[in-house]
Amino acid sequence: MTGYILRRLGYMAILIVLVAVVGFIIIELPPGSYLEVELDRIRALGGDINQAMIDALKQQYGVDQPLHIRFWKWLSGFVRGDFGLSFEYWTPVSKLIWLRLWYTIFTSLLTLVFQWVVAIFIGVYSATHRYSPLDYLFTVLQFIGLSVPAFLLALLLMVVVHRTLGWHVSGFNSPEFQDLPWNWAKIVDFAKHVWLPIVVVGANGTAWLSRVMRANLLDVLNMQYVQTARSKGVKENVVIWKHAVRNAIHPLIMVLGASLPAIISGQLIVGVVLNLPTVGPLYFRALMNQDMYLAASILMFLTFALLIGNLLADILLAIVDPRIRLGEG
Amino acid sequence: MTETAQVQGQERAEVWVEPISEVGQYSQWKLMRMRFARNKLAMIGSIGLLVLYIIVVLAPFLAPTDYMRQNADYVYGPPSKLTFRGPDGKLGLRLYTHPVTTVLDKETFRWMYMPDKTKFEPVVLFAKGDPYTLFGIIKSDIHLFGTRSGMRIYLLGADSLGRDMLARILMGGRISMTVGLLGVALTIVFGTIFGTASGYYGGFIDDMMQRLVELIQSFPTVPLWAALSAALPNISEEFTALDRYFLITLILSLVNWTGLARQLRAKVMAYNRADFTQAALAAGASDARIIFVHMMPNAASHIIVVAALSIPGMILGETSLSFLGLGILPPLVSWGALLRDAQNLNTVLMAPWLMIPGIAVIIAVLLFSFLGDGLRDAVDPYSI
Repeated sequence: MTGYILRRLGYMAILIVLVAVVGFIIIELPPGSYLEVELDRIRALGGDINQAMIDALKQQYGVDQPLHIRFWKWLSGFVRGDFGLSFEYWTPVSKLIWLRLWYTIFTSLLTLVFQWVVAIFIGVYSATHRYSPLDYLFTVLQFIGLSVPAFLLALLLMVVVHRTLGWHVSGFNSPEFQDLPWNWAKIVDFAKHVWLPIVVVGANGTAWLSRVMRANLLDVLNMQYVQTARSKGVKENVVIWKHAVRNAIHPLIMVLGASLPAIISGQLIVGVVLNLPTVGPLYFRALMNQDMYLAASILMFLTFALLIGNLLADILLAIVDPRIRLGEG
Repeated sequence: MTETAQVQGQERAEVWVEPISEVGQYSQWKLMRMRFARNKLAMIGSIGLLVLYIIVVLAPFLAPTDYMRQNADYVYGPPSKLTFRGPDGKLGLRLYTHPVTTVLDKETFRWMYMPDKTKFEPVVLFAKGDPYTLFGIIKSDIHLFGTRSGMRIYLLGADSLGRDMLARILMGGRISMTVGLLGVALTIVFGTIFGTASGYYGGFIDDMMQRLVELIQSFPTVPLWAALSAALPNISEEFTALDRYFLITLILSLVNWTGLARQLRAKVMAYNRADFTQAALAAGASDARIIFVHMMPNAASHIIVVAALSIPGMILGETSLSFLGLGILPPLVSWGALLRDAQNLNTVLMAPWLMIPGIAVIIAVLLFSFLGDGLRDAVDPYSI
């Protein structure tokens, strides 16, 4: 088991380096020197920058230096926690992203839990009540869930909630709570807001996972050990939840690696629609304004989070399924 | 026998309608076609898509006006009211619409559009209107419907510049419905080359390719697409909106090919050990011949299925990118670009018809999913 984890860790280290290379390429991709563009913009606005400041910036970002030196400068800075400067906000990137990054990861995890709980219950119900009216209803909902883009669902629900309940559900907190420290009332207010992005982002994955769960459970229910359990007189509930579901859940853990990126993608777009304090609005805005240090840092952190998520999923799978750790490690 | 096994048994009985002796003589492709035709959802998918494509090809004819034509007097105007009740107050076969008068609502300071129910304007078929060109050669100014006086009919309302939403949705369909096809063609090219090379040659090449695939798959897709699109140059004389559209499809497929490559690699690896490959090798066939003559025809159905199943994702990807303003840009329109107008709550509450392009997206994606699922079930004709 330790060997397996170590090998996976080494593997992840290689991927992290490659992700960093991609991050750097993305910074370098837009045509023209970003620094020049930004300086022009500030001059056009009548901003005052003296030559010494320009030279210092050029020195810091190595604009005139060859590619590999620029890469090294950026990478070593990144490791030390200096992610570069956001040219739009004229603030270090690290100051802009932390809180938003935590919000993003926290709500993504909530979404994941929501997806799993709902998908397992729907999947089990559909598999045990195959071809019942509710099963058909779920099948229709699954098809729709897979074809509605998350941002559209967010818009629709926002309109519906506004029309029926009169709530203004954008952001994570009502304006009056925005600057207050966390207390019970703020948490309640947060819960009133956070369910919408969770449901909206999770809908797509829930549809897919419940489909997978249904198919798996149907396969497992046909196996002989389930028949054996039934013929022993074990209660049907125990047969399903203790014997069958446990074995049907492995593929769900296996697709964790694919469902996490989907959640992050959905989360970012929905963040724009619902005006959430996550990295979504910041990221797309940065891309539009070619504020590349900010954009690349966000993309890299999200990808690192995904790599860690995948590592945890693999370890989890090795724990629940001995075939994997025995087969490979 | 469990309940599920019985149900499968019934399915089996339904499926074998032809005598077995005849089925044995059908070709693999014919068997696939037969299985596909038997799948109701797959048939709905393929017929629906055919209709959709015919609609978007004929878009300028079906739309009553040019999709770019503005109307300052009908900003965020609601869908036109149509009625079969004529000036004489009786129901007839002729469809009428009313001219619209603009009134300023003194409380909200918003323009209200009131149909003038005393005046009637008959809706006619094949009315003359804005000129357009079909298939690049047929020039015409005949539209499916319109009015004789040239008064505009807005079946699906108007946008922020008073442009006809129906025309814009139809023209947007041209982009949105081809992004998937074009992107998938590119996906097949990349996926097939990388997947086959990886599976056939193995060793170092395979290792490199697999790391590349893992690298691409470790990024969240939409953010990566967005980052790549953000690097495209601005629209100008040399770099038109159409160029941008082609590059967007390229970007979509650059991220999308990995799935196909992975699956094809596994297939080709299995074929490597197959007798027919060994026989071809022994007969002195070249690598190219083995790959193109012996392996590709075997993998063709698989490639088609994986490709078809990836189309919905590409359409949704383009929609998301355009919605964020990082995809298709004006003067071109796509469904996602149209939805960009519906970004804030107040606009949507005031002009809910701006969300109609979303319905178009959902329909297209559903139809493609039906088609993809049907193809997947059909490719394995011997499996029943």
